[in-house]
Amino acid sequence: MVSGTNGAPDAGPLPPGQASRPGPAGAGVRTRPPADLVGPRRRGDGIFRGLTLSAGIFVLAILVAIAVFLIAKSVPAIAQDKGNFFTTKTWDPDGSKVFGIAALAFGTVLSSVLALILTVPLALGVAIFIVEYAPKRIATFLGYAVDMLAAVPSVVYGLWAVYFLLKRMVPLQVFLADHFGWIPLFADPENRAGQFSQSVLAAALILGVMILPIIAAISREVISQVDPAQREGMLALGATHWEMVRMAVLPPSRPGIVGGIMLGLGRALGETIAIALVIGASFTISPHIMSSGNAIAANIAVKFAEAGSLGRNALIASGLVLFAITLVVNLTARAIIYRAGAVERSAAV
Amino acid sequence: MAKRIETIRLSCFYGSYKAVDDASLVIEPKSVTALIGPSGCGKSTYLRALNRMHEVIPGARVEGSVLLDDVDIYRPDVDPVAVRRTIGMVFQRPNPFPTMSIYDNVAAGLKLNGVRRKSELDDAVERSIKAANLWGEVKDRLGKAGAGLSGGQQQRLCIARAIAVEPAVLLMDEPCSALDPISTLAIEDLISQLKDSYTIVIVTHNMQQAARVSDTTGFFTLRGPGEAGYLVEVDTTTKIFTNPTEQRTEDYITGRFG
Repeated sequence: MVSGTNGAPDAGPLPPGQASRPGPAGAGVRTRPPADLVGPRRRGDGIFRGLTLSAGIFVLAILVAIAVFLIAKSVPAIAQDKGNFFTTKTWDPDGSKVFGIAALAFGTVLSSVLALILTVPLALGVAIFIVEYAPKRIATFLGYAVDMLAAVPSVVYGLWAVYFLLKRMVPLQVFLADHFGWIPLFADPENRAGQFSQSVLAAALILGVMILPIIAAISREVISQVDPAQREGMLALGATHWEMVRMAVLPPSRPGIVGGIMLGLGRALGETIAIALVIGASFTISPHIMSSGNAIAANIAVKFAEAGSLGRNALIASGLVLFAITLVVNLTARAIIYRAGAVERSAAV
Repeated sequence: MAKRIETIRLSCFYGSYKAVDDASLVIEPKSVTALIGPSGCGKSTYLRALNRMHEVIPGARVEGSVLLDDVDIYRPDVDPVAVRRTIGMVFQRPNPFPTMSIYDNVAAGLKLNGVRRKSELDDAVERSIKAANLWGEVKDRLGKAGAGLSGGQQQRLCIARAIAVEPAVLLMDEPCSALDPISTLAIEDLISQLKDSYTIVIVTHNMQQAARVSDTTGFFTLRGPGEAGYLVEVDTTTKIFTNPTEQRTEDYITGRFG
């Protein structure tokens, strides 16, 4: 998208200011144009173009600077690693110099994906209800409420989770362990379900609450943008309201909704404080979500202050991995959106 | 299949604003009825009341009754969804579903009706697209998106979509106003053919079009700005365009007003 909008002016003909100015003699130019056909010098255009161009370059420059910084600090740290950085689960750079990203990356992805699974249906439900079913006043109020939820600082969510959510999750944990314990996800070998404890599940829940407003707000916006003519066309064919939503509203909204989900996933992957408060900081790779786990960003926040010089660089290396994960997520989202659009583009030929 | 429609003292409202006042009109089966009149006279609103699309707009409601072969479609026990399956509609702006292929656009109504068998869908899709005079142009690209067609082709696709479910009545709300003259001609030819099987009601701004395609013409107008539209008179198209009963109709069709 960025390259498309930037490229358009270059691909087009000369700007009007230049085109109407007399060219060099020859090439069919016989008379000088009269004064009213000679365009004024449009300085504003040039300035504006320069400003937007530098804004675009600036963004790229920041991205490159961050990547360069991360790589420059990471490579020496990884070189001093006595373990394998990608497969080691422990994190002890300042002592035994054995440290690795495996447990952290696993916990980050697991908690974020769980959060998505919990949140996406709810967020879509909220969005569809606001646009399609709620009376106008309730829809407006609910819209504001969702936006407010998005504005709550994450540390507040974290504290709420610690002091309110964790102990109220115990019955849910017991229920899951008793009835669904045969699924590894809900197995409870450490007997933690019955007690007040930090866990990956708690982290996923609080992440879910945090990303709900993002996904709901974007989905609501996208759904409300669907052409009313599409809705009427489907209704006129004899669709019920839900059939209309399912067949005429959701399909064209899909790329936008996927984009919203990916934004939410991006936030979940990078979330720091709330996770640090509830996930429990254990360096294991285990599918048991009622046990504690860890995540990259939370680990950076917790360890950074007390880390030695290798410790800090090791943490930066873990940040590089997080950066790579989010990059992959974003590229995947782009690919999904692009492919959805490709069907229409191929037909437009 | 084709059914008769009769409206008895039908008034249409948007909230407290009355858009159509007290229109009584009989629409014969297997005929084309054109509704003409100046902008804002309520003819489109009236048309949308005939298949209960009017009430889709928040606050919109009607008074009076609409009989479909003697059944009042506004009875409380009548399902508006079922009404719309029986009375199809084509809109002013072509609105094929952008994420669906040409095939799926036409099959959409059938799938809503629970048709799942591939052979049955194939037959109905082919028959409808042929009936809409579009088969030759799209038969090799049924899997492509309908949005890639020209405006006139899109509108014929929408007509194919509407007739795929074999409705009893087809309502057309200015179906040619977004099209060029050649596409308009194609649609008008199509209307003349469809008349053999369907009851057709068409709203049009174009009086020549009304004269060309319709058997019966109803003229709507309004008494003044901001007031409700009403049906001035309805008669055979020949009579309306050569010797109308009402002075207001004559003024309109001769271009002295509106």
